[in-house]
Amino acid sequence: MTNEIETIIHTQDLSLFYGDFQALHDISLPFAQRQVTALIGPSGCGKSSFLRSLNRMNDLTSGTRSEGAVIFEGTNILEKKIDVVSLRRRIGMVFQKPNPFPKSIYDNVAYGLVVNGIKNRSIVAARVEKSLKQAALWEEVKDRLHKPALGLSGGQQQRLCIARALAVEPEILLMDEPASALDPIATQKIEELILELKERYTIIIVTHNMQQAARVSNTTAFFYMGRLVEVGSTNALFTKPVKKETEDYITGRFG
Amino acid sequence: MTYREHTKGEMIPEGSSRGDRGAAPTDTLTGRGTALGEWVAESSLLIISLISIVVLGLILLFLLMEGLPTFSFVSVKAFILGHLWYPTDEPPDFGILALIMGSISVTLISSLIAVPSGVMTAIYLSEIAPPKMAEILKPAIELLASLPSVVIGFFGMVAVAPLMQRIFDIPTGLNLFTASIMLAFMSIPTICTISEDALRSVPVTYREASMALGATPFETISKVTVPAALSGITTAIILGMSRAIGETMVVLMVAGGAAIIPGSLFDPIRPMPASIASEMGEAPFRGDHYHALFATGITLFLFTILFNILAMSASRRFRLKG
Ligand SMILES: Nc1ncnc2c1ncn2[C@@H]1O[C@H](COP(=O)(O)OP(=O)(O)OP(=O)(O)O)[C@@H](O)[C@H]1O
Ligand SMILES: [Mg+2]
Repeated sequence: MTNEIETIIHTQDLSLFYGDFQALHDISLPFAQRQVTALIGPSGCGKSSFLRSLNRMNDLTSGTRSEGAVIFEGTNILEKKIDVVSLRRRIGMVFQKPNPFPKSIYDNVAYGLVVNGIKNRSIVAARVEKSLKQAALWEEVKDRLHKPALGLSGGQQQRLCIARALAVEPEILLMDEPASALDPIATQKIEELILELKERYTIIIVTHNMQQAARVSNTTAFFYMGRLVEVGSTNALFTKPVKKETEDYITGRFG
Repeated sequence: MTYREHTKGEMIPEGSSRGDRGAAPTDTLTGRGTALGEWVAESSLLIISLISIVVLGLILLFLLMEGLPTFSFVSVKAFILGHLWYPTDEPPDFGILALIMGSISVTLISSLIAVPSGVMTAIYLSEIAPPKMAEILKPAIELLASLPSVVIGFFGMVAVAPLMQRIFDIPTGLNLFTASIMLAFMSIPTICTISEDALRSVPVTYREASMALGATPFETISKVTVPAALSGITTAIILGMSRAIGETMVVLMVAGGAAIIPGSLFDPIRPMPASIASEMGEAPFRGDHYHALFATGITLFLFTILFNILAMSASRRFRLKG
């Protein structure tokens, strides 16, 4: 089990409201450092909303309000005084749909460095190369770094977005169904990448793909209707789930 | 017509039921069932667009026929580069450089005012203003766009010009500066509303990606949102500027009307449209003055064409670069 591994971030009775609609109900969930945690559950159960609470992306949606706490390094990051800009640099995010900027491949990866004040060209170039290599994209794009990123295939764009997130070297990487739009080969590349990245990063990944959760994660949490139903080691959750809803979901009886 | 290519190239598997198309299954592959309807729609669109092209051609032809005789009594060079515009003197002078410089200077200075304020207002409205604020401001700005130019000219004449005269202690408030301010008033709404549309059409996902990388809202605006909307903003700017260069009523009322090359902000000027509008009524039909005014019209037309070419090439370049 994961108790001897340090918790890097955890939520305490986290609730989230879109206007009057409550999307998350009192979720308390710890995340272990340098581990992969998968969030699973039927569509609309609040996985993305939860993930976006961890780096305060929900702030950008008007009318959202949260209660409870998200504790990162001993501070509640939901507090007003928190500097969300540096928080988001430390907790990176890869979105469900690839969303590269309409800029060149190079400028996409360099963007996070530039806005974080890294101006030295050779440092930026080295980081761009390193991140693209980590995201298993370097070989495919090294001869066209200054071509528009929107000319890449969907799978390449998603790996570019991963490289872009890695370039700023976040401590936690939030991934919202990073492989949902990809073919099996690209999906496999991303899964290999996740396994490699967990040496250095804490990864929280939303996925609809049970096999994927089983393959890449150490811990799995099952969400249902805005509530956390069950969380445990991936192995245990998939082989002997405690709750009936979990069992029904992972055996495909609903959803 | 891309629409035609699209419908022809569309592959419809045989036997598939595509609603009303599937009425005669053997026809679905060629789409013959709807061919007549499409033909009618396409040709009426074609005719309408041809009509406007023909009308444009006729106007152009008329302009050339009435304007080109000018160059039998004055050389092109003397016409374009001549400093003196005394069309009713004996002998007359037909040099329109002062009018050209009047148009260029008033367009440039009004753009210097209108472009930053229009674009900045657009950025404020789409990126920063709380929704309630934007809801009030937007219609107000759109209303400004619908003000008739004679009203703006009138306002400039009785309110702004006397104010300028007093503030800067100058002989007349009807000058280049006042005209530029009033023209800026006219182009700000155009620049602002079109730029705002361009900014709003930038996908939210770009902004989210930027913020998630630790960019500040300001960095997101300046490095992602505005560059992504640049082709639309460029179009907005050029449309606003071409509104200024062709505008007649406002400059007629507040520019002062002196056909001199402006040496200072407070010199009165006589832009091309003002000159044409005020003199056409008195110029003897088919006389030298009449032809010279048409030649001025051709010059103005060339300017607006130049603007449109610039607009197109600029927006294309920015789109390529992204
Ligand atoms: N911006 C929003 N405004 C109002 N309600 C929202 C908004 N975003 C999400 N919701 C609602 O919150 C609930 C949770 O949505 P969320 O996107 O977190 O689900 P999800 O688990 O990520 O689903 P999926 O697997 O389909 O991505 C849904 O009922 C959704 O309708
Ligand atoms: Mg989701």
